[in-house]
Amino acid sequence: MKFQLKIWRQANASVAGKMVDYTIDGVNPDMSFLEMIDVLNEELIRKNDTPVAFDHDCREGICGMCSMYINGRAHGPQKATTTCQLMMRHFTDGETIYVEPFRAKAFPIIKDLVVDRSSFDRIQDVGGFVSVNTGQVKDANNLPVEKEKADMAMDAASCIGCGACVAACKNASAMLFVSAKVSQYALLPQGQPERKIRVQKMVAQMDAEGFGGCTNTGACEAECPKEISISNIARMNREYFSAGLLQD
Amino acid sequence: MNWFIKAFTSTLGRKLVMSLTGLFLIAFLLVHAAGNLQLFHNDEGMSFNMYTVFMTGNPIIKTISYLLYATFVVHFLQSVIITIQNRKSRPQGYVKNVANANSKWSSRNMGILGTVILVFLVTHMVNFWAQYHWSEIPKKTYYTITFDGDEIHTAMKDTVQNIYTREQSMQMQNPTYENKVTDIKVHRVKDLYKTVEIAFKDEWLVILYLFGMLALSFHLLHGFQSAWQTLGVNHRKYVPIIKTVGWLYSTIIPALFAAMPLYFYFK
Amino acid sequence: MSILDSKIPEGPLETKWEDYKSHMKLVNPANKRKLEIIVVGTGLAGGAAAATLAELGYKVKTFCYQDSARRAHSIAAQGGINAAKNYKNDGDSVYRLFYDTIKGGDFRAREANVYRLAEVSANIIDQCVAQGVPFAREYGGLLDNRSFGGAQVSRTFYARGQTGQQLLLGAYSAMKRQVGLGNIEEYNRHEMLEVVKIDGKARGIIARNMVTGELERHFGHAVVLATGGYGNVFFLSTNAMGCNVTAAWKAHKSGAFFGNPCYTQIHPTCIPVSGDYQSKLTLMSESLRNDGRVWVPKSQVDCKKRPQDISEDDRDYYLERKYPSFGNLAPRDIASRAAKEACDDGRGVGESGLAVYLDFSDAIKRLGQATVQARYGNLFDMYHHITGENPYETPMRIYPAVHYTMGGLWVDYNLMTTVPGLYAAGECNFSDHGANRLGASALMQGLADGYYVLPYTIGNYLADEIFTKAIPTDHEEFEAAENKVRERIEKLLAVKGNQTVDDFHKKLGRIMWDYCGMARTAEGLDKAIVMVRELREEFWKDVRVTGQNNEMNPDLEKALRVADFIELGELMILDARNRNESCGGHFRTEFQDEGEAKRNDEKYAYVAAWEHNGVDEQPTMHKEELKYENIKLQTRSYK
Repeated sequence: MKFQLKIWRQANASVAGKMVDYTIDGVNPDMSFLEMIDVLNEELIRKNDTPVAFDHDCREGICGMCSMYINGRAHGPQKATTTCQLMMRHFTDGETIYVEPFRAKAFPIIKDLVVDRSSFDRIQDVGGFVSVNTGQVKDANNLPVEKEKADMAMDAASCIGCGACVAACKNASAMLFVSAKVSQYALLPQGQPERKIRVQKMVAQMDAEGFGGCTNTGACEAECPKEISISNIARMNREYFSAGLLQD
Repeated sequence: MNWFIKAFTSTLGRKLVMSLTGLFLIAFLLVHAAGNLQLFHNDEGMSFNMYTVFMTGNPIIKTISYLLYATFVVHFLQSVIITIQNRKSRPQGYVKNVANANSKWSSRNMGILGTVILVFLVTHMVNFWAQYHWSEIPKKTYYTITFDGDEIHTAMKDTVQNIYTREQSMQMQNPTYENKVTDIKVHRVKDLYKTVEIAFKDEWLVILYLFGMLALSFHLLHGFQSAWQTLGVNHRKYVPIIKTVGWLYSTIIPALFAAMPLYFYFK
Repeated sequence: MSILDSKIPEGPLETKWEDYKSHMKLVNPANKRKLEIIVVGTGLAGGAAAATLAELGYKVKTFCYQDSARRAHSIAAQGGINAAKNYKNDGDSVYRLFYDTIKGGDFRAREANVYRLAEVSANIIDQCVAQGVPFAREYGGLLDNRSFGGAQVSRTFYARGQTGQQLLLGAYSAMKRQVGLGNIEEYNRHEMLEVVKIDGKARGIIARNMVTGELERHFGHAVVLATGGYGNVFFLSTNAMGCNVTAAWKAHKSGAFFGNPCYTQIHPTCIPVSGDYQSKLTLMSESLRNDGRVWVPKSQVDCKKRPQDISEDDRDYYLERKYPSFGNLAPRDIASRAAKEACDDGRGVGESGLAVYLDFSDAIKRLGQATVQARYGNLFDMYHHITGENPYETPMRIYPAVHYTMGGLWVDYNLMTTVPGLYAAGECNFSDHGANRLGASALMQGLADGYYVLPYTIGNYLADEIFTKAIPTDHEEFEAAENKVRERIEKLLAVKGNQTVDDFHKKLGRIMWDYCGMARTAEGLDKAIVMVRELREEFWKDVRVTGQNNEMNPDLEKALRVADFIELGELMILDARNRNESCGGHFRTEFQDEGEAKRNDEKYAYVAAWEHNGVDEQPTMHKEELKYENIKLQTRSYK
């Protein structure tokens, strides 16, 4: 397979970037998208050019590090798939493929396709946990949890923190990410003591990081590689309004 | 009060405001559409003009109408703030972005749809609301006769005259005959119906109205269910119901409104 | 006699850890605040250790090469975590978990460490549940268990096929809490490139800021390495792309001994290689073997047929045939080798002939597709994504791949390396799995080390350090260490050769896989040692590293790692050559009994701990004899 690639190149945060054209030939349909970029990079290195910098690590769709905006979609056109598991067989031979970084004020570009998502970490710092020290706990089975609730918590907890929701959202909103964390703990008995303060702090931090607001377009859910539901956003709204307006 | 301001100025709070004001406006639409169905009465505008009097005269309704204006202004201002903030959250856009792969057009263009609705609304208010409140518009007289305990409404002075005269002559022929007309009321009201009738002979205005209603329909299509989602009403049992009701609401209400200019244009 | 002191406490096995905890030295809270600890790596071991140490009151700095602590490769573990809870009432106990682990490790692990591991395993589950880890549950609301390779009880706790992710996010959340409280300072996108030793003790590290290229000096009263395994020495492995040996290797070069480097686990259930462009291998959780049946055609002529067209009689369910009592749940090393044998016998399937079937049709018939989907849905989807084949309809094709390295930095009972103040936890150390690790035990060990072992043992060391003031980083040792790193980077950038870093990495991988992989021979290893040495020379003469140091430079990062992998490869081969026996993940073709590994307990019941003497020098091997006081050494049988 052969492709025309248009890739965003930007040497660092302080200079302007632009789309640069590349042609790549001999692509195997069983290659992953990142392996295709690997091959391109090998070619670039052989030509003494600078290889394209991109984030990636586990390459099995779970670490959440890969983050490309491919052909106008976060993680490319394949549903429920991270870039690292996107296979070239899903593209048409001869196609032009646009590759851009995730774009958001809260995700500043570091280099080429690499962005800084530490804003997600900072949101977790303020409330994405249960305050329990190692050793302060009772036997696990002393705390039965309704299976359905546990499953819903697991659905929310499967977020990989990749930021596709932010990238796809027209407002660069992080609601899906934040709500997944809020939901996981709101659904479990372990999360109850800090339920109120958690949602308030996490939302405040989310706003401080410069993420946009939610306008319920549902783009986040559609592009989420783990198919996290926007019902979590509704839950976060409930939690937030209830914490801020209704409770003592 | 700090908590209150905080709750309403966060991204979540702002959308709560959008949701609540939106739902109030949605509710208003139903009332407005139902009321304006009076336009379809073929009674020289009597039902409609009388309804108008009721709507502008009743103190409770008046209060609600001020609340409505305020709601609209808040909904509008809040949307402007939200749009500006949201724009800022992505200073540099994508070279290629295929948004329709993940979301509906209407959901992404609420601002544009809202702006169209705003333009429509200004025209609408200038044409009718301002006319009614601030201009001299011709008046029309309607009568209510209480006949045998029933109220008969009519715009025809002759009808009233005829009934009354007939009753009087009956009474003259037979002194024991009891005059069945116990009361006659004369109402002299602004003939907004006429204004409407004339206005909708202008095809450009009709087109603007149709366009406005199309925008409203799309605005509602997203807004209706979005408002519930924002309020946190997202339940796998109820979401399908909300979606269906929302869809019906967003098509039927604007269709009713759209029928009005068409009705007068072709009448 | 050996200079190694494993510092195993006296007394009966069952009470060693309890006694240790009761008698260890303590640091009072006021002093803890003055003590700084560096934790490199934020996976299960590092994340758990950082959080717990910070909870105790120490000042902690964490380092990871990823953009967030949450991305460490522990996240990719799928199947589950073992714990001796006996919730199933099926006869599990601490002793049984201990015994299974020792036996699974082919009697090459240290008794006391493994017993402690089994002991604290139950606490881990309690801790994780308290953190809000959404483990799978039964309808009664209690925790569910599944069975796993190498055990006859159900003791594996799981969270769908994402157990590692959930446990890591649990540890990460505990860490986040401490970051929020100001007890942990995070340094993400930082790669540790040198250990700083002052007066013989580890006192800090040199780390490269991967965004700016700046070399940073960081002081710590103690340094914990939790940097994972070195499977990427094979180029293709199930490890993440960034997993590397650099931190552990620098520690090794600074005096920490390296234990049993040749013990490599080849995981039996991975998606087969499809081409040279391939950058990594994807694991399909071992839990699949609970319900999937492994087979190849009985006859070579059937290999190219569609699996559906091969009749039941023509299929060889070789694991069930060879190991009737464990069947498809035979331990990893055994299952891998059996797959290799079948393929070597010309009965492999798929394009390359390097694959066997993992078939779910019986399970689907027995349980229904819905149940199978509930158990393994995400794994099936993953397989479908990658191969384009639907495993509900056609059997999966699997082949073994490098997955885990049991070897690592030698540590004593305190998890301290041979450098005072330098600790190694999790996969990074050699301690608990012997020559082979059982499924669902890596998560257990990482968390045990991080939550329950290190926080105690490190206090025992730091109690004597309370008078040591933080050493300013302009100390000459920091200066020297930084210069060493700078020189290495400059040297790499100056080569300006013709081959890319990946060219070398692939060559290294080829050598390691061919000669030091699933089956090893003295002859092959002798050949390989020469090849690797040549490769190292070639690397430093002909590698091409683009860009500069003072920028984000993934090419340079990779070059630094590969340079270390080449040196490590040499040591692995030496170790494999030295160990004239077969055990667990180390299979020497010369030493077998009809295909089964043949251990030599008389000569090799020891840990080989290698001391570095310089890159071109022969390393010195130190032996730690393994004393089995509680269990009897026997031939490992899963028949």
